[in-house]
Amino acid sequence: MKDPVLILGGRSDIGLAIAHAFAAEGHPIMLAARNAQGLELQGKDLSLRHRVEVSLHEFDALALETHAAFVTGLEPRPGVVVCAVGLLGDQQEDERDMEAATRVIRSNFEGPASVLGHVANLFAAEGEGVIVGISSVAGDRGRGSNYIYGAAKAGFTAYLAGLRNRLAGEGVHVLTVKPGFVATAMTEGLDLPAPLTAQPEELGAAVVRAVTRRRNVIYTRPVWRLIMAIIRAIPEPLFKKLSL
Amino acid sequence: MSRPLSGWGRYPRITPETLSRPRSEVAVAEAMARGPLIARGNGRSYGDSALSEGQVLDMTGFRHILGFDPETGLVEAEAGVLLGDLIAAFLPLGFFPFVTPGTKLVTLGGAIASDVHGKNHLRDGSFGHHLAWIEIMTAEGEVLRCTKASNSGLFQQTIGGMGLTGVILRAGLYLRPVETGWIAQDMRPARDLAEAMAIFEEAAADADGPTYSVAWFDCLGQGETLGRSLVMLGDHARLEQLEPRRRARPFVTPEKRRLNVPLDAPGLALNRYTLRAFNGLYYRAGARKAGPSLVDWDSYFYPLDAIANWNRIYGRRGFAQFQCVLPLAGARAGLETLLAAISEAGQGSFLAVLKRLGPDTTAHSFPMEGYTLALDFPVTPTALALLDRLDRITLDHGGRFYLAKDSRLKAQTLHAADPRLTTLSETRRAEGWDSRFASAQSRRLQL
Repeated sequence: MKDPVLILGGRSDIGLAIAHAFAAEGHPIMLAARNAQGLELQGKDLSLRHRVEVSLHEFDALALETHAAFVTGLEPRPGVVVCAVGLLGDQQEDERDMEAATRVIRSNFEGPASVLGHVANLFAAEGEGVIVGISSVAGDRGRGSNYIYGAAKAGFTAYLAGLRNRLAGEGVHVLTVKPGFVATAMTEGLDLPAPLTAQPEELGAAVVRAVTRRRNVIYTRPVWRLIMAIIRAIPEPLFKKLSL
Repeated sequence: MSRPLSGWGRYPRITPETLSRPRSEVAVAEAMARGPLIARGNGRSYGDSALSEGQVLDMTGFRHILGFDPETGLVEAEAGVLLGDLIAAFLPLGFFPFVTPGTKLVTLGGAIASDVHGKNHLRDGSFGHHLAWIEIMTAEGEVLRCTKASNSGLFQQTIGGMGLTGVILRAGLYLRPVETGWIAQDMRPARDLAEAMAIFEEAAADADGPTYSVAWFDCLGQGETLGRSLVMLGDHARLEQLEPRRRARPFVTPEKRRLNVPLDAPGLALNRYTLRAFNGLYYRAGARKAGPSLVDWDSYFYPLDAIANWNRIYGRRGFAQFQCVLPLAGARAGLETLLAAISEAGQGSFLAVLKRLGPDTTAHSFPMEGYTLALDFPVTPTALALLDRLDRITLDHGGRFYLAKDSRLKAQTLHAADPRLTTLSETRRAEGWDSRFASAQSRRLQL
């Protein structure tokens, strides 16, 4: 039987698209989110389409104290853990409301880092496993228009890089996924440029492919690797004057 | 910031004032409170059935399969689920839709609203005949489950109702048990219309005859080759018809190569000479494959799905599809008149499609007992003039028109051809549905 795949943030469009892509390959799926029983529709759909086992797991990314028990109590034991937890927030509002800003930082960095820390220890002890972290191109350089979200994702990207380095010799693989624009509920209503915007299904397929090929860092769509290379290359004295 | 939308024919293009993609009943109700709307599925109707200058509701967010009973073949799903999704999920268990149009990329909701038909209308009726129930958000904003027995009026009106009776949210659909994913095809070249119709009639007269029948048609033939066609008869292959090596995995068919049309073809690419050459080649290639063969389901039912964006081949201006049905008695004379008019105008499509339809039992769906002819024309002034002429001929022969294909019919012509749709528009006014549900097409055709 194929390894069960645990999706943290199992309600998100990206998490579900990755779940479908793994399920299509015959992997049992474990969806974890708050109010997990509310995911029955999505779970049933997954199991009917792909004829795989689907289980629902109660999980709160911000309830750090529950993470240790959550990870050790997982049944079945997942072979792949995908963290698609995230919160975009509203940059302008979050600039004024530090509590809201902290929530964005905790949702995109602290919570994911905490739960993946426990997963990493479990996988290291077992000597196998794959961790997939959904970070963002926003973490590649802080920009005035979304630096709170971006800073948290930058932290998460660095965390994943560190985990990968630590676990490379222990049989555990870590994949960092940096989506650019993705057409999801999170971005609905934004006027995104079509050539730069991936469909969630496209991202799901790219993640499965990257896991199979043991890739380290992927951008979706790949053109984002180039775009972000250019954005990173702009000298700071100039960059600070741009509106990006 | 809305962008223009179009149907599959890419004509007309209309920018809706509001476009939203609800994922819950609450969101649908909120949209209805904002003003009149039309639900849209995957945008595969050809004309303006799912367009509006006002509000368009993209129902593809309703995308979950809800349940399946292998005992009865009943699948329950949300309206935005594609027919192709159902095939992918349930063909491996031995089930296939009873009725499918020429693309699997239509949504369940769209298939119900257009009450689509396939190559087996004579045997199995239209899509709506295989529905156990439909859940609709009504003009009052209430979610109603409709079946043949309860809320049967709304059930019948919604099948083929073009989304003008309510928003289809979910449905229960019976699937057909099949033994394999293959179709046993019998390809019969026909030299002219009479020969093609004789093959159809022979098949129709035999109660144990083929489930599927369709003719691909050269509508640019002249004189002797007028109506030259390839008639394809087909049945779901039984297990013992497969080669022994395929019997262990009867639902596995070879992965098809996907092609794409990345750009609009220049306007000159399609003219009477290239089309005539193409149609001639197609006929001769088909005639060489005459006789029985096994074809995988995807190639048999959905040859054009393998070419993504094939609608671009008609260029930037888009194309208009013409589809009418003529009653059996005068079908031969009517078809000959239609084909003569098309050939004379030198306008034509790659291929025209001719099918034999069975008797109709629905409130206002397209099919009736007789022959249906479908063809595409690039949108040009000449073609539009020809289409008006074809409307006239259809009307004169007692025929009617398929709304899922239409983008340019005149209200007067439609109501003259199909009084059932006049009844629908009266019902809409009496029930107040017209103030809730409206499309560019319903306004143009006064539905």
